[in-house]
Amino acid sequence: MSQSPAFVLNVLETPEDPEGSQEPSPYDESEVHDSFHQLIQEQSRWVAEEGLELQQRQPGTGALGASDDDHETLLGPEGAPVYSMATLRILASMPSRTIGRSRGAIISQYYSRTVKLRRRAGRPQLRDMGRSARPSLRLYDLELDSAVLEEEEKRGLLVKELQSLTAAQRDHMLRGMPLSLAEKRSLREESRPPRGKRRAQRRRGLLSCCDQLRDSCVLASHNLGLALLSGLQALMPWRYALKRIGGRFGSSVLSYFLFLKTLLAFNALLLLPLLAFIVGVQAAFPPAPAGPVPTFTGLELLTGGGHFTHSVMYYGYYSNATLNQPCASPLNGSQCAPEAGSLPYNMPLAYLFTLGAAFFITCITLVYSMSRSFGESYRVGSTSGVHAITVFCSWDYKVTQRWAIRLQHDNIRTQLKELLAEWQSRQRPRSACGRLQQVAVLGLVWLLCLGTTLGCTLAVYTFSELMIESPVSAEREAVLLLLPLVVCLLNLGAPYLFRILAALERHDSPVLEVYVAICRNLILKMVTLGILCYHWLGRRVGTLKDQCWENFVGQELYRLMVMDFIFMLLDTLLGELVWRLFSEKQLKRKGKPEFDIAGNVLELIYGQTLTWLGVLFSPLLPAMQIIKLLLLFYIKKASLMANCQAPRRPWKASHMSTVFVSLLCFPSFLGAAVFLCYAVWQVKPSSTCGPFRTLDTMYEAGKVWVRRLEKAGPRVSWLPWVHRYLVEDTFPIYLVSALLLAVIYLNIQVVKGQRKVICLLKEQISNVSAPLSPPPKSLQASLLPRIWAVERDCLLSEFYQLRYIVHIHQSWRRPGCPSARTPLGRGLQRCFSDDPTPNPSPPEVAQSCPVGCPSLLPAQLLDLPSPLGQVTAPTVRVTRAGVCLDGRGLSPGPYPAQVWAGGSGARVSDGRSP
Amino acid sequence: MGNKQTVFTHEQLEAYQVGMMDQAIGGLFYRYQDLAPQLVPLDYTSCPDVKVPYELIGSMPELKDNPFRQRIAQVFSEDGDGHMTLDNFLDMFSVMSEMAPRDLKAYYAFKIYGVCADPRVGKWERTQTVTKLTRGELSTEEVSLICEKVLDEADGDHDGRLSLEDFRNMILRAPDFLR
Repeated sequence: MSQSPAFVLNVLETPEDPEGSQEPSPYDESEVHDSFHQLIQEQSRWVAEEGLELQQRQPGTGALGASDDDHETLLGPEGAPVYSMATLRILASMPSRTIGRSRGAIISQYYSRTVKLRRRAGRPQLRDMGRSARPSLRLYDLELDSAVLEEEEKRGLLVKELQSLTAAQRDHMLRGMPLSLAEKRSLREESRPPRGKRRAQRRRGLLSCCDQLRDSCVLASHNLGLALLSGLQALMPWRYALKRIGGRFGSSVLSYFLFLKTLLAFNALLLLPLLAFIVGVQAAFPPAPAGPVPTFTGLELLTGGGHFTHSVMYYGYYSNATLNQPCASPLNGSQCAPEAGSLPYNMPLAYLFTLGAAFFITCITLVYSMSRSFGESYRVGSTSGVHAITVFCSWDYKVTQRWAIRLQHDNIRTQLKELLAEWQSRQRPRSACGRLQQVAVLGLVWLLCLGTTLGCTLAVYTFSELMIESPVSAEREAVLLLLPLVVCLLNLGAPYLFRILAALERHDSPVLEVYVAICRNLILKMVTLGILCYHWLGRRVGTLKDQCWENFVGQELYRLMVMDFIFMLLDTLLGELVWRLFSEKQLKRKGKPEFDIAGNVLELIYGQTLTWLGVLFSPLLPAMQIIKLLLLFYIKKASLMANCQAPRRPWKASHMSTVFVSLLCFPSFLGAAVFLCYAVWQVKPSSTCGPFRTLDTMYEAGKVWVRRLEKAGPRVSWLPWVHRYLVEDTFPIYLVSALLLAVIYLNIQVVKGQRKVICLLKEQISNVSAPLSPPPKSLQASLLPRIWAVERDCLLSEFYQLRYIVHIHQSWRRPGCPSARTPLGRGLQRCFSDDPTPNPSPPEVAQSCPVGCPSLLPAQLLDLPSPLGQVTAPTVRVTRAGVCLDGRGLSPGPYPAQVWAGGSGARVSDGRSP
Repeated sequence: MGNKQTVFTHEQLEAYQVGMMDQAIGGLFYRYQDLAPQLVPLDYTSCPDVKVPYELIGSMPELKDNPFRQRIAQVFSEDGDGHMTLDNFLDMFSVMSEMAPRDLKAYYAFKIYGVCADPRVGKWERTQTVTKLTRGELSTEEVSLICEKVLDEADGDHDGRLSLEDFRNMILRAPDFLR
């Protein structure tokens, strides 16, 4: 049939498509849309002038069929086209056709341009931000480009970019690219500066012998380098052991051992300056022995007293003199240095400043590592997407053992199931009664835990009071071990009790469970230590008037540390080895005990706190801690390999290590620092021993020195001034803290702003990509992005036009029912003026047409190129009641009433049906 | 390496350093050679065209029990069949090494999980990933529900598929992954 090609909206082939230079967008359509009315008028004028040949309709087909079959019968019996050429011409040039055509072209072009843009550059506005400094691999994702030409062009650009870099930078950049080795090699060859290449070639041609020699030399040096490197790697402590642990137990258990390694580094950092400036110097210039040194019995290793008391181990051994002083100066007790004229060394000052500096360095390192680990593990917006992360990012590629892999499978499965269960339970909130019950259980368990903590504290306090009341003679030093024993017993027993109590309460997430357990244990340990600190500084200082209380505190901390170590070993032995044997032999259970990472790490933190507390009174305590940690590493590793399995809980290793480092920083280090500051500034040092024996407080050593400097002359007069106005005056301290607060506040605000920007960018992303695809359910329900809305408007106007044409066409084919209210209808009316039947009103038209819409309208819309096709398919539905978009009824809006009135059930013959 | 005989020429060695983070090319070569001593010659100066079949690659202790070993071998092999040349082998180890940049790891993880650009294929791959992760012990409904939620969460631009950008974004939020 002749009409068929004219009706199909074959948009892509239309020659009048605007090409290249000015690409229209859907926005340009509004203009066209405004001229719609005018176009119709023109059409009607043209129709009126030309005159229309209209085929007389057969009366039986007056009511238009609802189905395609009807349409077929309409055309079929006559065997000739129903419409003449002129009719077809009119129809073909109807505004909807032409507008639709150009609109389709515009949209298709817009779409293809968007696609092209996306393909070429991704999202430039996002891409260009902040990524300009270093090459992003998104620039090189060659697989997205199918066109060979484009690829080559890209490659050329890449080579050019590489050429502009230095050799080292180029290698670094090439290493970071996701390309195969061969590709990298060829890129490197290409980007190598041509001059060097030529020279190399010439040389290769001429001096092959020399070249060979050079090659072998280079190769030999390379081998040497490799050997050195492998030697260095062997020096890196425990690299292989850590790999093995990671391979068998995954990164969660590995995080414990890494934390242990970190603690070792901290202790080494603390120990080195102490060794160099205090212990070493004092050992080089030993003071005169105060009395007979007790013989070594072996018990000293536990008590830290006896033989060790008068050694570099403890505070009391250090002299208050200026070492290395010429013999002329009459200073009590200290030895004369053999060589005169060398620099004097003021021991009290050295003691104070070295400790201060070591603590300061530790503090800086601690804060730095904490902030870095925070930056790594907590990123903005990292709370969402737990399912995706579980699926894609939870597999630990470190693990290689079969049983560990099976365990990991089980872990992930359980985790996913838990997530689903959690999600489902969130769908239907728990009943008030259940929640009340949970809260009651939680409160009860917390009460019990806090009660236990209180009981432990009271026990420690009464026991320490008891120890004060019954002074221990030097012979029965073993009694001194009682207090540490009690403390360690409580520290060992209470966590088990907490664990039993925790089994009663049921937390929503396993992570929360871990945090709660950590919190309880931490409270217990910190409170116990607090009581002990009070016992030492508040009570012991008073009772040990004639003795060296600093030595006593140092020894107490030493004892605590040793006891702690012994109990850790016991815990390992009983809790892991014996329990495994018991469960294997008696209970015939297959599973090994889990390695309790949180508990073990807390033990480490506790030990470190002891070290920091005691370093003032026993400068060699960090060395003890280092030995303890080294031993612990091997023991724990052996026990882990033999007795344990990886924890069943999902464990975010990086989050946890962040938490551990912050725990190390906040209660542990800060508490120790407060304790030491109090001891230095407030407590009177004992008058019989130590570097500060003549002073009121330890801090006075600094003051004395400043005073001496003042006397010494004007050369260093700035130092006393600094001391007077910056240290002693409180105002600068307030100022500095105020500034610090301001900086912190500003930082918080900046982070807030960045968060907002990220939200905006996310919104932008969804806005940009939404029109090219059906919007997700969440967006459908809440907000339609702007572009989506524009698209919808285009769609609607298109639809109205089609409806309009349908109506006119229908009324036109129906004898005597053109709508007189439209211009076209008026023009047409003339043709039907001789028809006697009155014009039916639009509602009648609607009633006369059987309801139930044909698929024509969406089909015609679907003829448009893909974006509209994608949009219309899920969203526009032609129903009995008319058109629905997303289930929302459309309001007629500014369009003529009869478009609506004549609407439902209307149909038009499209060109494709015959 | 190279204590008995010359395996690589100097140029080759220099060229290999483009791809290696570790300087342990020699050690890796011997591991490669150990996989198939009959196939791989000890002299690589003439760049022989040798491929070690996937069956041998997959039997390495690092990959043996990994549920994704086949995907890993496919991604790194030239033709996607899992058979590897020395170059591919070195590539694999350099990407999997601790020192490889995170961007690079994200890119290859993206390929290993096969979250393709095509939404339908991506869906199938996601299902496969979940099944492999859990050894197929979840019901079909659970798997599909999880996949749906994964797409909901990870698809930052809401285009119904996981792009490389989405994937990178996600990996940034999981600092433990592939460390």
